[in-house]
Amino acid sequence: MSKLALRNLFHDKVRLAVTLTGVVFALILMVIQFGLFLGFLETSGNVVEHSGIDLWITAPGIPHVNGGSPIPERRRYKAMAAEGVDLVKPYAFLFANWKLPSGAQEAVQVVGFDVDSRLGAPWDIAEGSIDDLRGADTVLIDEHYKKKLGVKGIGDTAEINGHRARVVGFTRGVLSFTTAPYVYASFKNSLDYVQLTEKDTIFFAVRVKPGFNRQQVKAAVQANVHGVDVYTNEEMLDKTRSYWVISTGAGVTTLMGAVLGLLVGMVVVAQTIYAATVDHLREYGTLKAMGANNAYLYRVILQQALLSALMGYVLAMGVSWFVVEGSKSGDAVILMPPAMIAAVFVLALVMCAGASILSIRKATRIDPAMVFRA
Amino acid sequence: MSVILQIRDLYKTYGEGASAVHAVNGVTLDVKRGELLVLMGPSGSGKTTLLSMMGCILRASTGSICVEGMETTGLAESHLPKVRLEHFGFIFQGFNLFPALTSLENVEIALDLKKIRGSRARQRALELLTQVGLTDKAHEFPENLSGGQKQRIAIARALAGDPHIVLADEPTAALDSASGRKVLEILHELTREQNRAVVVVTHDPRVLDYADRIVKLEDGRVAEEIVCSAMKEVVS
Repeated sequence: MSKLALRNLFHDKVRLAVTLTGVVFALILMVIQFGLFLGFLETSGNVVEHSGIDLWITAPGIPHVNGGSPIPERRRYKAMAAEGVDLVKPYAFLFANWKLPSGAQEAVQVVGFDVDSRLGAPWDIAEGSIDDLRGADTVLIDEHYKKKLGVKGIGDTAEINGHRARVVGFTRGVLSFTTAPYVYASFKNSLDYVQLTEKDTIFFAVRVKPGFNRQQVKAAVQANVHGVDVYTNEEMLDKTRSYWVISTGAGVTTLMGAVLGLLVGMVVVAQTIYAATVDHLREYGTLKAMGANNAYLYRVILQQALLSALMGYVLAMGVSWFVVEGSKSGDAVILMPPAMIAAVFVLALVMCAGASILSIRKATRIDPAMVFRA
Repeated sequence: MSVILQIRDLYKTYGEGASAVHAVNGVTLDVKRGELLVLMGPSGSGKTTLLSMMGCILRASTGSICVEGMETTGLAESHLPKVRLEHFGFIFQGFNLFPALTSLENVEIALDLKKIRGSRARQRALELLTQVGLTDKAHEFPENLSGGQKQRIAIARALAGDPHIVLADEPTAALDSASGRKVLEILHELTREQNRAVVVVTHDPRVLDYADRIVKLEDGRVAEEIVCSAMKEVVS
């Protein structure tokens, strides 16, 4: 590390503070926007991703898992007849109204699944058990939504679309990306909540026999069952995520925010580094007159930029950690996985190095004869 | 005394045709080892332009500059920093010290350019500060030094690369009488004790007491050349 780079950076503490403020804000904006995007990606498809379902049989042309429509239950038998199919179970996933004790209503998404096979069951239970859903009018909600749904503990009751619901346990981290929390119930109980008859279901959840290729089984089911679409779990996940993330524009907007953070950061850092370079032009001119080549000047300016990036990154990660922790009590899920922390570090370096290019050009084009001008 | 810097028919022209201005207009000059050469003349006479071309900072329009036997006017721009680094030390009117660095570090940075680093650089920088009598100011920042002290630090920095030629632009202009004299004594010592060539651009008549030769420029030309030692001999 060049002593001149280090000393110049710390010599003007106000300028350093301005540079670091720019870097820190840009990085925090990036972390939060990328974190929101990852959270959005995770929560928009979590019900599918963790479902344990191999194939989904749906009404034709549904846009995503949250947009299913009823299909006749009797088609299950045709699906079961397809080669490679182990199990076919009905699965419901529909919006409903949850009535709080205060009388207010909250939108929820009722997930009705087959308790015996566990196909489509919640993946993390904090309190109670899935088997508790065998009882009449029983539901599981996520502990995160207790307050929102007016629930204090196991045994509390509410109404879903006018039908009694008794909370028998809580899931953990089973979060919805919409404002409507997931409410898990046995498929049988969910029929009342989502106002379906026993003759209908929203999806069929299929388990493929071990050793069978999913795509081949999917083709076999599709051939056997007419008037439905069949998707592998991965296809349903992609369909759902791409709908919410891309088609609605929500994910793109979040990503744009992150890119904006990067651009704002670059502009702020470029401005401050450029201003610092202009302030030190005479020094760079002196260095050139003394015999410094352009590479020497590159190094001094680049080292200042990278040091700013490093200090800004450490500060930004500290602040971001508090923001992410704070977000856990809210509805917006912000994820900060290690890979993103590493990626933001690289972005910080790239941002600051990129921001120093203008300064480098300015410094290397100095006429060393300027040193003889008073 | 052997010639260390040979200038032949040197021109620096700005503009073209009828509007062309010759800042340096056909100067031929030799600079010898161990001499203190003073360039004098009115403002705009081309002193600083000539000094800049001598130090390979400014390119000549035509003519020849040989530095220790090497023709430099035909060198590519990218080769000039190396020539400056190896042959010249520069002293500026405004000192041009690095304000964020201490006196010692200001000298060390010149050594850093020559890839002399660590304890070797520190040792050499301290020796140079001793030479200019400022060891006690080694850890002071320039803002805490007087003008004379700053210029002595600048001299130490100019000598860090062990150059054979030192080019000084108005080195005493911003200094009081005592500080100016001290600086001139150091520059004089460089010629007498270290056999370096020192070229000083100045308006300051005090410098004449230390000069071996005075070259007066007018309109970019050598108007008069006075060999002081010869004059002194004649007088004596």
